[in-house]
Amino acid sequence: MKQIVILSGKGGTGKTTLTAAFSTLAGRVVVADCDVDAPNLHMLLHPEIMETFEFKGSKIAIIDKAKCIRCGLCREKCKFDAVTENIEIDQFSCEGCGVCTIICPTSAISLSERVSGQVYISKIRFGFMVHALLNPGEANSGKLVTVVRQNAKAIAEKENITHLLIDGPPGIGCPVISSVTGSDLGLIVTEPTDSGIHDLKRALQLLEHFNIPPLVCVNMYDINRDNAEKILNFCGSKGVKVAGMIPFNPTVIEAMVKGKTILEYSPKSNVADEIRHIWKEISEMLSLKNKHVR
Amino acid sequence: MSIASGKGGTGKTSVAINIAVSIGDAQLIDCDVEEPNAHLLLHPKIVSEEPVYTLVPSINEELCDHCGKCSTFCQYKAIFAVGEIILILRELCHGCGGCILICPKGAINEGKHKIGAIKRGHKDNLELIYGELEVGEPMATPLIRQLKRHIDKNKNVILDAPPGASCPVIETVKGVDYCILVTEPTPFGLHDLKIIIQVLEDMSIPFGVVINRAGIGDRKVYDYCREKNIPILLEIPYDRRIAELYSRGIPFSLEMTEYREKFRDLFNDVRRLANK
Repeated sequence: MKQIVILSGKGGTGKTTLTAAFSTLAGRVVVADCDVDAPNLHMLLHPEIMETFEFKGSKIAIIDKAKCIRCGLCREKCKFDAVTENIEIDQFSCEGCGVCTIICPTSAISLSERVSGQVYISKIRFGFMVHALLNPGEANSGKLVTVVRQNAKAIAEKENITHLLIDGPPGIGCPVISSVTGSDLGLIVTEPTDSGIHDLKRALQLLEHFNIPPLVCVNMYDINRDNAEKILNFCGSKGVKVAGMIPFNPTVIEAMVKGKTILEYSPKSNVADEIRHIWKEISEMLSLKNKHVR
Repeated sequence: MSIASGKGGTGKTSVAINIAVSIGDAQLIDCDVEEPNAHLLLHPKIVSEEPVYTLVPSINEELCDHCGKCSTFCQYKAIFAVGEIILILRELCHGCGGCILICPKGAINEGKHKIGAIKRGHKDNLELIYGELEVGEPMATPLIRQLKRHIDKNKNVILDAPPGASCPVIETVKGVDYCILVTEPTPFGLHDLKIIIQVLEDMSIPFGVVINRAGIGDRKVYDYCREKNIPILLEIPYDRRIAELYSRGIPFSLEMTEYREKFRDLFNDVRRLANK
């Protein structure tokens, strides 16, 4: 089984649009939506939920007011500023470390498990999808991503599915790290803007750090052809292959409004052609890697 | 005030910078420490850089008697202890300091580990402060927490938030007087707007919406804002010129000067809505 992660560094460059399109090209596939903060893939793939379970990723401190003598020691020792002036726990700041529970002289504080999200295992037309929703404002999205990936992998193995597509979150922090580790290939979707280039460089460093072979594609390349050229040169100098250059086309938004993947909505568009080409490059790189290993 | 969005790439940084250059004499703090971009639009002169560390435990093997209490206590499974082996898994450590408190032998000390840097710079009468998380470091929140210590309460402060709706966003918006949510009128934009709105409602932070790339997509964001009585503070039309200026690292209100007034009005509206 091959795990392909789609990431970008910068948000809004087209990760989800591409992941959805690839899912129509990969034969039977398992798709994992690892943007658990703000998942969007379900709006294009319309999963039919088969199973739901709660994600308990962290704990929260609870103060027993009857025992509390308001000494303020917990407030002083908390590294996360999670105890308010009135000696109450700020649920948005508490990271559930438990320091307050051991420091409290009257044992008034205990840790309690919190449900921080839901995980869904679903069917899609092309195979299966594992997705999740972190409760708004919860911490531990990295852990939830790990749970999503574990479930996706288990289904792929059970169903003998050869491709696992991972739609990653923006950024390079904990949920992204959890999305990329152990993948066979990372496709970075960038755009020809100064920010896109800056974030591409950091995303490439991240893949290098975790030893994941990279591919790059430039979305909406014709917004700024000079910058697209810069990306090509930069990738060339780093020995990173640019798998494709996708033109700007308003049809992509129309497809999104209709809740369809671009390949189904407008299979003959220039965007669809280029996406098919990028998928070919991905497949080639994965099979080359196979040979290399042998 | 902070600028947030849920969905990435809706134009948070662009709105933040354009407000800053339109009102002048403000402090702009880029809290997207994973992918900071504000400096690419503002082109400030960087005057200082300070490293940011988190606390990590360091174990004195001579004092450690391998009781394993630290490992049992750690909620993040950042200390692996089996028999005589004890390992710190740094990337899992949240730096709470609990292991230091629990160790009966006093064998654990506070060590420090660099996770990134804070840079400060100026452009005309604007101050820009931004954090840069080191690649491979998972935790953005401690860096954002440190970054926010630089807030100058005597100034108008604009905090540019990272995308999403989890801990780094919470850390950014905590304590602000008002939050501007930048969205685009598409199904993805609306979906993620609803998520971030739930966060702000839970935190009792007042907010309003800026619709960027108006004209693309559909009308559902407008319907939603009307139903929920959410103020639409500004609409920025989809205009290829704006996209091109952004791609070249130019805040569009510098070239399309008619927008300066609009951003100043936006700022005054926010002031009024936040009662400041």
